[in-house]
Amino acid sequence: MSFRGHNVLTLEGVDASSILEVLDTAESFVEVNQRTIKKVPALKGRVVASLFFEESTRTRLSFETAAKRLGADVVSLAVASSSVKKGESLRDTIATVDALGIDAVVLRHKSSGAAVQVSRFVPHVRVINGGDGLHQHPTQGLLDVFTVRQILANRAGALGSETGGELFKGLKVLIVGDIRHSRVARSDIAAYTALGAEVRVAAPGTLLPSDLTGWPVTVVENFEEALAWADVIGLLRLQQERGTGAFVPSLSEFTATFGLTTERAAVLDPTTIILHPGPMNRGVEIDSLVADRDNAFMTRQVTNGVPVRMAVLYLSIAGSKELA
Amino acid sequence: MTTEELRQDRLRGLAFFAKSQLLTGDDVARAMKRMAHEIIERNLEVTNVLVIGLQRGGVPIAERLAALLSEISGQLVPTAALDVAFYRDDIASSPLREASMTTLEGDLAGKTVILVDDVLFTGRTIRAALLALSDWGRPESVQLATLVDRGHRELPIRPDYVGKNIPTSRTESVKATVEGVWLGTKGEQ
Amino acid sequence: MTLLLRGGTVVGPTATHIADVLIRDGRIAAVGQNLDATGAEIIDASGCWVGPALVDIHTHLREPGREEAETIESGANAGVLGGYGALVAMPNTEPALDNVALVSYVLAQGAKTRLDVAVAGAITVGRQGESLAPIAEMAALGVRLFTDDGTGVQNPAVMRRALQYAAPLGVRLAQHCEDEALAAGGVMNEGAVSARLGLVGRPALAEELMVMRDIELLRTTGGRLHFLHLSTARSLALVQAAKAQGLDVTSEIAPHHFILSEESCEGFDAHFKVHPPLRTPSDVLALRAALLDGGVDAVATDHAPHAPELKDLPFDEAPAGMLGLEHAAALTLEVLRDDPVAFFQVLSRGPARIAQLRAIDNAPDGSAHGGDVVAGEVANLVVLDPHERWHVDKNALASRATNTPYHGRELHGKVRATIVRGRLVMNEGELQ
Repeated sequence: MSFRGHNVLTLEGVDASSILEVLDTAESFVEVNQRTIKKVPALKGRVVASLFFEESTRTRLSFETAAKRLGADVVSLAVASSSVKKGESLRDTIATVDALGIDAVVLRHKSSGAAVQVSRFVPHVRVINGGDGLHQHPTQGLLDVFTVRQILANRAGALGSETGGELFKGLKVLIVGDIRHSRVARSDIAAYTALGAEVRVAAPGTLLPSDLTGWPVTVVENFEEALAWADVIGLLRLQQERGTGAFVPSLSEFTATFGLTTERAAVLDPTTIILHPGPMNRGVEIDSLVADRDNAFMTRQVTNGVPVRMAVLYLSIAGSKELA
Repeated sequence: MTTEELRQDRLRGLAFFAKSQLLTGDDVARAMKRMAHEIIERNLEVTNVLVIGLQRGGVPIAERLAALLSEISGQLVPTAALDVAFYRDDIASSPLREASMTTLEGDLAGKTVILVDDVLFTGRTIRAALLALSDWGRPESVQLATLVDRGHRELPIRPDYVGKNIPTSRTESVKATVEGVWLGTKGEQ
Repeated sequence: MTLLLRGGTVVGPTATHIADVLIRDGRIAAVGQNLDATGAEIIDASGCWVGPALVDIHTHLREPGREEAETIESGANAGVLGGYGALVAMPNTEPALDNVALVSYVLAQGAKTRLDVAVAGAITVGRQGESLAPIAEMAALGVRLFTDDGTGVQNPAVMRRALQYAAPLGVRLAQHCEDEALAAGGVMNEGAVSARLGLVGRPALAEELMVMRDIELLRTTGGRLHFLHLSTARSLALVQAAKAQGLDVTSEIAPHHFILSEESCEGFDAHFKVHPPLRTPSDVLALRAALLDGGVDAVATDHAPHAPELKDLPFDEAPAGMLGLEHAAALTLEVLRDDPVAFFQVLSRGPARIAQLRAIDNAPDGSAHGGDVVAGEVANLVVLDPHERWHVDKNALASRATNTPYHGRELHGKVRATIVRGRLVMNEGELQ
């Protein structure tokens, strides 16, 4: 089921063709972002509200830039600095913004499921999940697979869109870190497996989900072997603000057991792709020197964030027919 | 949505079923050669000409046209592709078109743009193309070349160079490539 | 008032028979065939069950403190619409019902309502789990059930002391079994669903460990213990085993735990948030099986009203709890439609025994619930059509709150009339 005209709440259950549609559309927007005038009128006259109940300058700017480059008007509510008090119902806040007349809302919230709930409160508004608690972060998952396809296709001298989904078949992906508390992990796993990649996860016992029944992943037993096996390594941030600290004895112990240290990175195949959704805890999940290497593509991920979000906004919003 | 809009909706996702061939490959080649001469006659020289094909049907025609211009003039005439999916005026009311690549680069100032499409119909694609071009600067002039003009304009748009005028009814469909031109209908696969 | 319930299926403690029931001056005057109906208001009970009015031993009436969600009166009205003749009000009000003054207040307010309101007192002061509340003083007012419900007593030493103190007083302690340390921060059952949804879970073990603990404590102290809203197959099995070993333990389950499972949480709708949480489909099956084979003593609603805007909060912020009084009978019928004796056992007779509200328990206000339907008994009765189809409409409830998880659900079976102390207090959906 395509994202055209639909909310973008989760990547769970999304099929490969829907993901590839986003990736192919994003490629056109990469070209738009290279022009002098980085703007197309695809969403001219539409209003996109950006509601970030959780601080995230980087993701919010990425979404707002994407909306503006599509010609949309952006209404921005960075809740940390607003008068929304704790306990004011999410429903009331959304209703207030909706009363301004909006076509779409991009929502980031600390509570899992917040985007799903909002989509019920305003069914006529397109809801884009910018990260809800521990649940999902669909655009991050999409830009991660977009980045991987772009890199692999370029190595073969092609454009990503020319390869379709072929490059993911049997691709070996290792996701490392706080899987339990990571919405990025949940979205990445959904995206990679939908496209046919094989996903393994590596984490301390306490940072794996309580019950992995039904998850299309294998838990690795030997981290070093898994690093050698992987084509793509997706590192996750230790979510200290979500209390990850109580789950591991210390940061240094985490780094010793599951960090991408210089020693571990030294024996990686040079073609291994290293990704991290950011912001990085340098020295914790990844050594500083490793983060600046050629096969670490974090900056590319950030760059790709705008065209991927443009694709998501375009498909979701422009794809909604106005049956006036 | 009007009945016509709903019908156009469906057509976009459908396959073309040929009923009769109106031009052979040779006919097309002759028409395009004539168009190339017309372009040179009107512009006198091709130094600043840029041939831009509209995705997707116009691109191979633009490439062929640019090759012909290069051959006749002895100068290399550049070509580029332009996708107008994001500039359409019916984004809100129609199913989304798949976007293709735009290979246009640089500024259009001082250039004579020959916009090329396969079939000129309502004129809305050309409107979108003119809007898109305005983001690349201000060309010296924009001229429109189309392999087939099938009538039924909805906007004040007229072609400068036409391969063949083919009157059609709204329910018919036309397929025009460098290999030939066919009249037919669109239907379910 | 004289009332005749004509031609219904009268449900006794062990058998049923079709008969008329004549009610006069607050008591059942006669049960038999073709009774003289002179001067009586007649209710046609043909095709319906006539049994003891339902008794809910687990209702949150929210007064004092949260009257915007429910009051003693609105809760009682919801109760009679659901076929209830007696409610036991839980003590987690604001302030908690941990002293004689507040208990008296609730009893006095309850006396003004259409049904009988009893009170469960708190076990510890303020329900803080530290020092014992004046259990004996509250017992002197007629309180027979004590609980810190909302939470369980976390400290085993405190719980042991409470059991020791309560044992000679002839009262029953009741426990909300959930170990807070294990359940902390959890908002739904811990398992595959919570892992997928990214919601922190409350493991089944948090409930089962406390059930195990309290059974062992009771074994050493003696006394009586009731387990509130058991939600897992294992919890029920533990209590059944303890009972078989001769311990005075009783159990209740709530309709939401045998009707809904954790999968209801997939849409992140906080109407499905409750403590203990909705469990796995196999737990649901085990609870339903226990209803069928007599493995559970009572169905209790855990009716938990909340102001509507609170259930619109994000799932992790919203308060836990669902309404239950107006739909418990119909929901229990989904399992016990073919067994009216079992139906009234779990919804009326069993609860009345646990809360000591029967005639032989000598309740101070003379109420007598869960009795046989025979002449001489106080007339606390319900007339129920086990087949009538209707839909749940959350906007048409007597409760002040609207947080029912069943909005839109089709139910089979409806309470037609509720009689409390011989008075027709509800007839055909209208309060009298």
